[in-house]
Amino acid sequence: MSIRETDIPALARGCAVLGTGGGGDVRAGSLAAVRAIRAYGPVPLVRLAELPPDALVVPLSGIGAPTVSHEMIHGEDEPKRIAEEVERLFGRPPAAVMSSEIGGSNGVAPVAWAAQLGLPLLDADGMGRAFPEVQMVSMYVAGLPADLVIMSDVAGNVVTIRPVDGLWSERLARAVCVAAGSSALMADYVLTAGRARGAVVEGTVTRALEIGRATEDATDPLTSLAAELGAVRLITGKLTDVERRTTGGFVRGTATIEGTGDDRGRTLVLELQNENLVAVEDNQVRAMVPDLITVVDTETAAAIQTEGLRYGQRVTVLAWPCDPLWRTRKGLDTAGPRAFGYDLDYVPVEELAHG
Amino acid sequence: MAEPDLRIGIDVGGTNTDAVVLDSGDRVIAKAKRPTSRDVTEGLRAALDAVLDELGPHAHGRVGRVMLGTTHATNAILERRNLGRVAVLRLGAPATTAVPPLSDWPDGLREVVSAGEAVVPGGHYVDGREIGRLDPGSIRRFLDGVEADAVAVTAVFSPATADHERAAEELIRSEYGLPVSVSHEIGSLGLLERENATVLNAALYEVAGHVTSALTAALAERGLAATPYLAQNDGTLMTLEHAARLPVSTIGSGPANSLRGAAFLSGVPDAVVADVGGTSTDLGVLTGGFPRESAAAVEIGGVLTNFRMPDILAIALGGGTVVRGAKAGPDSVGYRIAEEALVFGGGTATLTDAAVAAGRRPPGVTWDLGDISEDFRDTLQRAIAATDALAADAVDRMTLGRAGRPLVAVGGGAFLLPERIPGVSRVIRPEHAEVANAVGAAIALASGRVDTIMPAGESRTKAIERVRREAAARAVAAGADPDRVQIVDLLEVPLSYLAEPAVRIHAKAAGPLTR
Repeated sequence: MSIRETDIPALARGCAVLGTGGGGDVRAGSLAAVRAIRAYGPVPLVRLAELPPDALVVPLSGIGAPTVSHEMIHGEDEPKRIAEEVERLFGRPPAAVMSSEIGGSNGVAPVAWAAQLGLPLLDADGMGRAFPEVQMVSMYVAGLPADLVIMSDVAGNVVTIRPVDGLWSERLARAVCVAAGSSALMADYVLTAGRARGAVVEGTVTRALEIGRATEDATDPLTSLAAELGAVRLITGKLTDVERRTTGGFVRGTATIEGTGDDRGRTLVLELQNENLVAVEDNQVRAMVPDLITVVDTETAAAIQTEGLRYGQRVTVLAWPCDPLWRTRKGLDTAGPRAFGYDLDYVPVEELAHG
Repeated sequence: MAEPDLRIGIDVGGTNTDAVVLDSGDRVIAKAKRPTSRDVTEGLRAALDAVLDELGPHAHGRVGRVMLGTTHATNAILERRNLGRVAVLRLGAPATTAVPPLSDWPDGLREVVSAGEAVVPGGHYVDGREIGRLDPGSIRRFLDGVEADAVAVTAVFSPATADHERAAEELIRSEYGLPVSVSHEIGSLGLLERENATVLNAALYEVAGHVTSALTAALAERGLAATPYLAQNDGTLMTLEHAARLPVSTIGSGPANSLRGAAFLSGVPDAVVADVGGTSTDLGVLTGGFPRESAAAVEIGGVLTNFRMPDILAIALGGGTVVRGAKAGPDSVGYRIAEEALVFGGGTATLTDAAVAAGRRPPGVTWDLGDISEDFRDTLQRAIAATDALAADAVDRMTLGRAGRPLVAVGGGAFLLPERIPGVSRVIRPEHAEVANAVGAAIALASGRVDTIMPAGESRTKAIERVRREAAARAVAAGADPDRVQIVDLLEVPLSYLAEPAVRIHAKAAGPLTR
């Protein structure tokens, strides 16, 4: 199948749901995707199994400060420069583009990048959701070495980094990003289709599209969405308090939802760090990272980003299981509750729901 | 000749055009309500004539100022009439080319407005470095190939560094003689939204000219030597010269005027305001006498902008809202209420009828439902109870759950609201509430605002001082008295992911008009 212009709104809605409150605004990415499809045609969506084992997959993501990317939008040639550098380094051109992070803007924008490069988009990503840090990707959890980062910026610079480990990868990439004006396009973990098996989260583009379509023309969007996700409905109620502060480049805070209707008398508190990470009710954890927790508008079932949470909104909090990769020992070390500073032992959301 | 001690405020709304006259003691000494005409200007003249008649023949010389809040610009965009063709120039290449100008505009509007679009070298990084050198050659090549009435220029990070926009403006004015809208005068950070507002602004020059000449002519014909002003979206005023440059700022002045008028008439600076009309109720919040501004992006005619607009929650609750069973709305009989409502002998049950069934009426009015069954009366009362719950819910959303502030009810349908609403201390119904928006125009201040990024750290204090001075200077340029300008809003937001610590500063200054 191919991703067409008419698929973009559904894809954007689905990516917003998978963003678990973070991942950036899907609007600019959607505009870029629509424009690129108009200019270069629909983007074929390929499964990993369709690619030969030595085919090169380039995971791409935009990095930088949200305030900057909202003002200094990407240049159209940035993906092309990364693709050229990949070809120079590997001696053959890339075969497919992959989203590093399906949740939020980095889930939609790769459609534009793939269209510009005339490449298919791989039906997979590196998270199955959104995470705030560069090393929180499936390729890292699968043990692939973080030994290559390629970055391109609006000025036309291309920087190739050969870091010794993930920590240096993050440190150097961030320094380059700042020098580039706090916005850049990045490829890390360029990998062959063979190595990608088991190291990426497969089917997530299709999944985002299905999630987006579940609420399209639905008479009861919320029920359709929850069914599509296989989600636990943690609470339906009113947002009564949002407390946010920006520290170390991340938004941290809490959001309190008081139950209405059948949930009257209950109170759910969400812990936020860019994404929704932990949901607590009566001192009992009801869901925690890396499982997905998303706040949606009760009426429309549209996902609400953490920056968009406002007092008085009528919302429902949904939680559903993450990809099994994140539930492995290394997955939890990388992006479990302790990786975000919560002194909690991970318990899967489905067990918490039935416990 | 008498001292010019009177002011006339006029508000052109969707349904009615209201006018009031205030004396030097800020007392309302004349008021009028006339239907808004299709061409807007006729209704304006009718309302103006009505208050002048009420004043009598000798008062003309006493009118010193006329303040107009109008929907001319909004209507022009919604109806796509009288819009100029705009050459859309973005300074930002090689950045920003992934999303070219007007990408998110509705096709019809884009065809009407755009004379052509180009992204050429220029603009700045967040830290003030140039993205590209400004290239006069590429600007000329673009403009030589288009036929435009005006040019809209938007440079990346111009709210922080406006040099390239200024240089481009200079070049275009001197070489092409075209009017130029520059984005740093119009919006804040957020390239696409600011660019959209700048293009709309450039498209509205002809409309602005029409409004200012119509107003000037209307005053001259009536022998009024008054100075005219236009109201803008934040409830403050601009001189006509200023409005001619920034016509897009007049969009959304109606809700702002009604909020400011409510504060003035009630004497309460911190309150929830409900402006109840025939079709809907607009709720807003007053803080220190000014409307609380919306944090969300504002759409005008399908175009997303980052305009600062009053935070308004509109609910389907109005005098003409249709009642079916015990359920009200969301549809309304609108202006046909005088024929259709039961109390006026019509055949449609409306919220006005439901209010009357519950014993609520405007002061001094004797509407009666006549003989109706107990069952029907009960149904109407349940409908108004459901509406009260809707209003209470909206109030709760707007007050963010902080109870204790009063609610000021204005507009022709204010009587629909109950005496007690959960979450507010009391319901105030000031005199002249039905023309609160025109009063708001008459008492408005002049203002100026700045939104920019400044380095944090040691230079922070100096940077903030510079922003404050710039905001005050812009208020004076808009007509404020330099001696009485005050900073009314100062917001500082630290930015993340940057090499040098930086803050985004938003400042707003306002003051009474120069005497």
